[in-house]
Amino acid sequence: MPQRILVTGYGIISSIGNTVQECYQSMISGVPGIGRICNIDTVLRDELIVGEVKRTLPELLDMAGIEPEEGYSRNTVLGIIASSEAFHHARLHENRQLSTGLISATTVGGMDRCELFYNDFLTNETRNAYIDSYDCADSTERIASRLDLTDFITTISTACSSAANAILLGARLIRSGKLDRVLAGGCESLTKFHLNGFNALKILDQKPCRPFDKNRAGINLGEGSAYLVLESEESQKITGNKPICELKGWGNACEAFHQTASSPDGVGAYLAMKKALELSGLKAADIDYINAHGTGTDNNDISEGKAIETLFGNRIPMVSSTKQFTGHTTSAAGSIEAILSILCLEHQVIWPNLNFSEKIDELNFLPVTRLITGEPVRAVMSNSFGFGGNDTSLIFTKI
Amino acid sequence: MRQFITAYTLIDGFKCMVNGRLLFYQENILTFADFIKALYKQEQVNYPKFYKMDALGKLGFIASELLLRNKDFKLYPPELTGVVLSNSSSSLDTDIAHYETIRDREHYFPSPSVFVYTLPNIVIGEICIRNGIKGENAFLVSESFNSELIAGYVTDLFSRELVKGCLCGWIEVLGNRCEAFLAWVENQADVAETKPGMFNPVPFDAEHLKLLKNQNDR
Amino acid sequence: MEELIEKLKKEVIEQLNLEDIKPEDINPDSPLFGEGLGLDSIDALELIVLLEKNYGIKIEDPKDGKKIFFSIRSMAEYITANKK
Repeated sequence: MPQRILVTGYGIISSIGNTVQECYQSMISGVPGIGRICNIDTVLRDELIVGEVKRTLPELLDMAGIEPEEGYSRNTVLGIIASSEAFHHARLHENRQLSTGLISATTVGGMDRCELFYNDFLTNETRNAYIDSYDCADSTERIASRLDLTDFITTISTACSSAANAILLGARLIRSGKLDRVLAGGCESLTKFHLNGFNALKILDQKPCRPFDKNRAGINLGEGSAYLVLESEESQKITGNKPICELKGWGNACEAFHQTASSPDGVGAYLAMKKALELSGLKAADIDYINAHGTGTDNNDISEGKAIETLFGNRIPMVSSTKQFTGHTTSAAGSIEAILSILCLEHQVIWPNLNFSEKIDELNFLPVTRLITGEPVRAVMSNSFGFGGNDTSLIFTKI
Repeated sequence: MRQFITAYTLIDGFKCMVNGRLLFYQENILTFADFIKALYKQEQVNYPKFYKMDALGKLGFIASELLLRNKDFKLYPPELTGVVLSNSSSSLDTDIAHYETIRDREHYFPSPSVFVYTLPNIVIGEICIRNGIKGENAFLVSESFNSELIAGYVTDLFSRELVKGCLCGWIEVLGNRCEAFLAWVENQADVAETKPGMFNPVPFDAEHLKLLKNQNDR
Repeated sequence: MEELIEKLKKEVIEQLNLEDIKPEDINPDSPLFGEGLGLDSIDALELIVLLEKNYGIKIEDPKDGKKIFFSIRSMAEYITANKK
């Protein structure tokens, strides 16, 4: 019988709250975090709406107890805040004899500072501390250093499935006996770099996004960070941590269709979800809720929708996207949405798919449009699909 | 069941070796762009989409093409073929190119096709599209090639029967500096009989990955 | 118009990295997408950038692109009609 993977800690910071509790309050109240760009001086400032963390960088540094001279990017500080919450929740500073890994995911790395200072790095030496912070792995190293995690450290960068893949890898490392505990998740701050990039791909909606709606027009980008603590059963017996839920299944597959688009039938999404289901030992009918990738693009929602219909047949679970609340947090989405999915199990709720009016013609199901309480929620699937066709699905179950 | 490396590509600087044999080296080549184009043409790859890829994409694509172009994929179902790559610069080379298009507020033309490549794992997408691969794929970023991590990760995939064949290694490019090490890994039972003059498969583990990557041509 | 068509061919080849293709290989009336040069959705977006960068013409909705970018000639006609 393979080792059960227990979730014993979580931490998050996003546009809807700076802690798990704050995010839960926003979700329950139905209050999204989408609004005008406040922290970035970009030509797109008046055009786009985003899910920004509601703190300036000095405020974030202060929250994390970091001096400004230390060369921390906004991205890394978000990572430190969220990972610290999870770290303390699961008391990772205790029982140091247990081997503990850190797997962090990001794409922007130190971009949010470097893009500001790039033009005059050569002539202005006062910001040299940020040069080294550029690399993706730097944010991971700094988190590891602050939390004194040294047994195993790695960084994953697979676009919008990154953080989900970090959780997947963590589970594998525990199951193969290489680690007892893993702090896994991701961080991503907004940058001019990718605001402009996504805008050039013309997949951003200037209005609040409408996943699974017939008239959806694209993404609202977001930022944030989230981490889970995963423990083996044996580790949990030693730490005595109360498990929040179980990570029951996971699956990853490649679409092999296009660099940024998904296939019309969602083959990659289907394979990833199917793998996760098979690993979990559950039947399709056991899944109560899918927290969809649901970005609000023309392409993703129909592709993911088709994949869901293919896998679940006549018995489609409740489905919603929560990106209308948080924005699309790209490399952090996998872990942010994992926590939102876990909150469904904890509090026995299903999140609404906001901003929905009309069904997509080609799909046969409707997303959930209001907050659902009073229905049993025992198994939740969380999807994260990345550019490059990297598709990942995670399944969490109630203990 | 054990796994073996049955083929590998090694690109260091502007030199390319396959299975330990020198395939390409021209002294007068000075840039990565010229090198990869010359290699593409010498090997008569014939895949027009190649020209749209960024440097990381081109490097990964060619390095994998040299291993996979003659592969009989009937032995390796697409959903059971994996790709696990790594590097240290992520997509920095293309990040710089993208940044140049948005740097000047007056002359502001972000290029969608450049932006698409500002993710290190797109090269995996290109390899998978070319070969119809649909199995597990991951991209890891670390300071230098971590043979233990890659060997551990991929061996684990095999032991769980998640893959029957896996392409893994290191694809790194920044400016004119490039390095690629790709190994094709499969189960012992699937290893074809070695004919004289062919590369002798070596056991797949961290030790042998390190050995092959640091090899010079014979 | 013919001069613009020849200029456009070179610009399209450059903007879309169509390295193995020469201007004389492109028939100005042949479809650019689908069969023709095998262009995809990202190429369509790049053509929108080309129009803005080289001719000052802004296309807000990518869906308009289908008609405008049908062929080199349709591009040339659109530019002639809309150039600032």
